[in-house]
Amino acid sequence: MSVLVLVEHDGKSIKDATLATVTAASKLGEVHALVAGNNVDAVTQGAAKIAGVAKVYAASAPALEHQLAEAVAPVAAGLMESHDAFVVPATTTGKNIAPRVAALLDVMQITDILSVEGPDTFTRPIYAGNAIATVKSKDAKKVITVRTTAFEKAAAEGGSGTVEQVDAAGDPGTSSFVSLDASESERPELTSAKVIVSGGRAFGSSDQFHALLDPLADKLGAAVGASRAAVDAGYAPNDYQVGQTGKIVAPEVYVAIGISGAIQHLAGMKDSKTIIAINKDEEAPIFQVADIGLVGDLFKIVPELTEKL
Amino acid sequence: MKVLVAVKRVIDFNVKPRVKMDGSGVDLANVKMSMNPFDEIAVEEAIRLKEKGVATEIVAVSVGPAKAQETLRTALAMGADRAILVQTDEEVEPLGVAKILAKIAGEEQPQLVILGKQAIDDDNNATGQMLAALLGWPQGTFASKVEVSDSATVTREVDGGLETVKLNLPAVVTTDLRLNEPRYASLPNIMKAKSKPLATKAPADYGVDTARRLETLKVVEPAKRQAGIKVGSVDELVERLKGLGIAK
Repeated sequence: MSVLVLVEHDGKSIKDATLATVTAASKLGEVHALVAGNNVDAVTQGAAKIAGVAKVYAASAPALEHQLAEAVAPVAAGLMESHDAFVVPATTTGKNIAPRVAALLDVMQITDILSVEGPDTFTRPIYAGNAIATVKSKDAKKVITVRTTAFEKAAAEGGSGTVEQVDAAGDPGTSSFVSLDASESERPELTSAKVIVSGGRAFGSSDQFHALLDPLADKLGAAVGASRAAVDAGYAPNDYQVGQTGKIVAPEVYVAIGISGAIQHLAGMKDSKTIIAINKDEEAPIFQVADIGLVGDLFKIVPELTEKL
Repeated sequence: MKVLVAVKRVIDFNVKPRVKMDGSGVDLANVKMSMNPFDEIAVEEAIRLKEKGVATEIVAVSVGPAKAQETLRTALAMGADRAILVQTDEEVEPLGVAKILAKIAGEEQPQLVILGKQAIDDDNNATGQMLAALLGWPQGTFASKVEVSDSATVTREVDGGLETVKLNLPAVVTTDLRLNEPRYASLPNIMKAKSKPLATKAPADYGVDTARRLETLKVVEPAKRQAGIKVGSVDELVERLKGLGIAK
């Protein structure tokens, strides 16, 4: 069985989500990687070095520069003539592209897999992670998106895949990239951070959210996250949001401050290795999942903690 | 221009889903059901396009059981003009729903199809993208802003920030949470909605085979985390953080 993995990249470097996806794909068969973009030599070379990647297909064209689904899907669907599965990280890029490829192949996608149970059997979360379904695909070819926090990362070095240039045509020209308003931050990215400090609505305002959390995050070298309630209240931008409808994270240490622990938030962080909760409400559901809890007023605790670290 | 909106009847988002003892699925007996929250946002966006004079007619479509009529009546009460229920008691997968919607789009010729980015029951996040593929239309997924003139400019919520794309019409848009805040239907509008047209069809009317491709073998509750310990002071917490190797 040969498996095609879509490489997640920004034109310069490979994103960690790719490495976990390679691990998931290697459970199904020989892993080939697709790098779609414009002038992607560096990314292609990087992909060939990932342990377990036997072959890299490089599709380079101006129309692929921003990896729009309309342009990438036909390239991937073409390569699927010689592959049995298309395996994609469940990032916003992957989630945009994979179902489009699945429909072109007349295949029902297997979304957000947590484990590979067999060549056609997988587990996946449903109902915001409140239930785990084991599903068996009857399609001859599979299209799969991978919950990357559920798989170890493959080694970024050590592989020696061959590189093949492939036809990058097929963009129907119906869509075009206008702009990317990138969130600028010197902190680590949420989805790859080792430590995350996350704040909830208890912070009361955007000013207090940043004034208290940013120094603590800096001390810990952590990324800053937020609950949906905090984002909805305007304390933090949307791309800070951790939860079922935001980002799914699984850092070494997750510090939840002033977050009650709604189901929708827990679904996004409960696979973290160690969870620390600070909340003034002793009965808050967050304490039911926390490894270490501290009950008290965050406005006193957070500055004291920052100072003592 | 005509706008097509797809809506799904799902478990109400305030209800905690319970896994059935026999592992066959989630228990939906006597559970409150509502319109999928992302689909409410899709309906609201269509109505706003009509209020701006961009859209002229809004057609709401649902693929589901007879009771999905209630979901469509909600869409009509919010402001959709008419509705189509493609009635089936099977749980149709996104691929099947996309095929039915593609056929309806062929008949209705909308310039825009708006869907929620995902349903909160099966969490697939796939129907919109599949529909766009089947129609050969461009897609603006996870939209937080939509502007429509002779093309659609869609701002998308992506992992690294906000991406804006321009789409030729016709196009498919899927909604993210911050696109808008859906309105509540007023009582007079709920009454009015009862007399708006609602056509009932079957998947076979569109020649679509909705047989499932994924067989659910079992459904279980996720592994529970054990609650840990509570510390009594910041000093103790600092010691714990040192123990974890993230503080010096």
